[in-house]
Amino acid sequence: MSKLLIVGISDYKLSRHPNVIVTYALGSCVGICLYDNQTKIGGLSHIMLPNSNMFPKTDNINRKKFADTAIQDLVKDLVAMGANRFRLVAKIAGGAQMFQMQQGSQIGNIGHRNISSVKKTLQALRIPIVAEDVGSNFGRTVYFSLDTGTMRVQSLNRNVCEF
Amino acid sequence: MSGENLYQDNIKRGEYLINNYDELNDMHIDVLREIGNIGAGNAASALADILNEKVGISLPKVRITEFDTAVNALGGAETMTVGVLVNFCGDANGMIMFLLNMNDASAIMSILMQEDDEAEGQLSELKLSAIKEIGNILASSYINSISLLTGLEIRISVPYMAIDMAGALMSVPIIEFGSIGDKVMFIEECFSVEENNLTSNIIMFAEIETLKIIMERLGIKI
Repeated sequence: MSKLLIVGISDYKLSRHPNVIVTYALGSCVGICLYDNQTKIGGLSHIMLPNSNMFPKTDNINRKKFADTAIQDLVKDLVAMGANRFRLVAKIAGGAQMFQMQQGSQIGNIGHRNISSVKKTLQALRIPIVAEDVGSNFGRTVYFSLDTGTMRVQSLNRNVCEF
Repeated sequence: MSGENLYQDNIKRGEYLINNYDELNDMHIDVLREIGNIGAGNAASALADILNEKVGISLPKVRITEFDTAVNALGGAETMTVGVLVNFCGDANGMIMFLLNMNDASAIMSILMQEDDEAEGQLSELKLSAIKEIGNILASSYINSISLLTGLEIRISVPYMAIDMAGALMSVPIIEFGSIGDKVMFIEECFSVEENNLTSNIIMFAEIETLKIIMERLGIKI
């Protein structure tokens, strides 16, 4: 029996085959699926903001909210669960611009900033991005199947896409 | 304890600074509820003028919730929703969102334009821009009443519209106002046009600094 695990905003979950992890209605947030295809262990992170370094170190921040800290922590947890650090691959989705605001507005391009921070963090950790469905202007729900490592993206105005 | 006593009590407690939404006390929440009431009351009468129908408003709800609860507050994260967003800035900073589901959006348009020749779930460009304008008018009347009440100078942006999953739309203010702490505060009201059984929501998000300024203007220490 496969279980469905739900990931909320600024959270992540990890599990193993044959479970499915889902996160609903990603707007400008980004969903990051990490997978080790040998052990079939994987995790899905739903980040909200690009960087934790906008806050002083002393602050008690929620590390799962930021791309940089959430991905680092998820990798650690996956390794602790038995995944091989060097086999991990990433698939990412989200980072849309929901409302077409003026150019240059901070809130308007938060999706872009989230995507680039996710990519930078993954690159620093040497985790290859094997598929991405990012940007544009629509919301996405992501199902991450740990059986196959498939990321299924559902939107309201587009057919279901599998990556 | 009466409101007056609570107020005195707060003053005595002195320079106690609130940095997170979940530190707001019952009296602050009462004040916010009243602000929502005045803002939405004004917006509702604007809507009633536009539709030429009676518009009822619910008691305002002040919600201080975790992000996920906020996303699910308006009938499911994946529900297709029409959202109009207006930013406000100046002495007070925040966002107002006017939300309604697709069917109600079509129904409002058929009241306004006296025609309903379109397939279910489809809205023409013209109708979309009319809904955007309605959102704009409602948000302006909401903000105007706060501005009148407090004497603060508040400017509003042009309206932005999107039709998508409710959760994806809500993520925009949540990202904006959820960077500090793990909760967001919003004031939510439901409009109902009884004759046609329509409902819509207007929600207001504001920076914690803005809440402090508004309270101060109303003579409340925060």
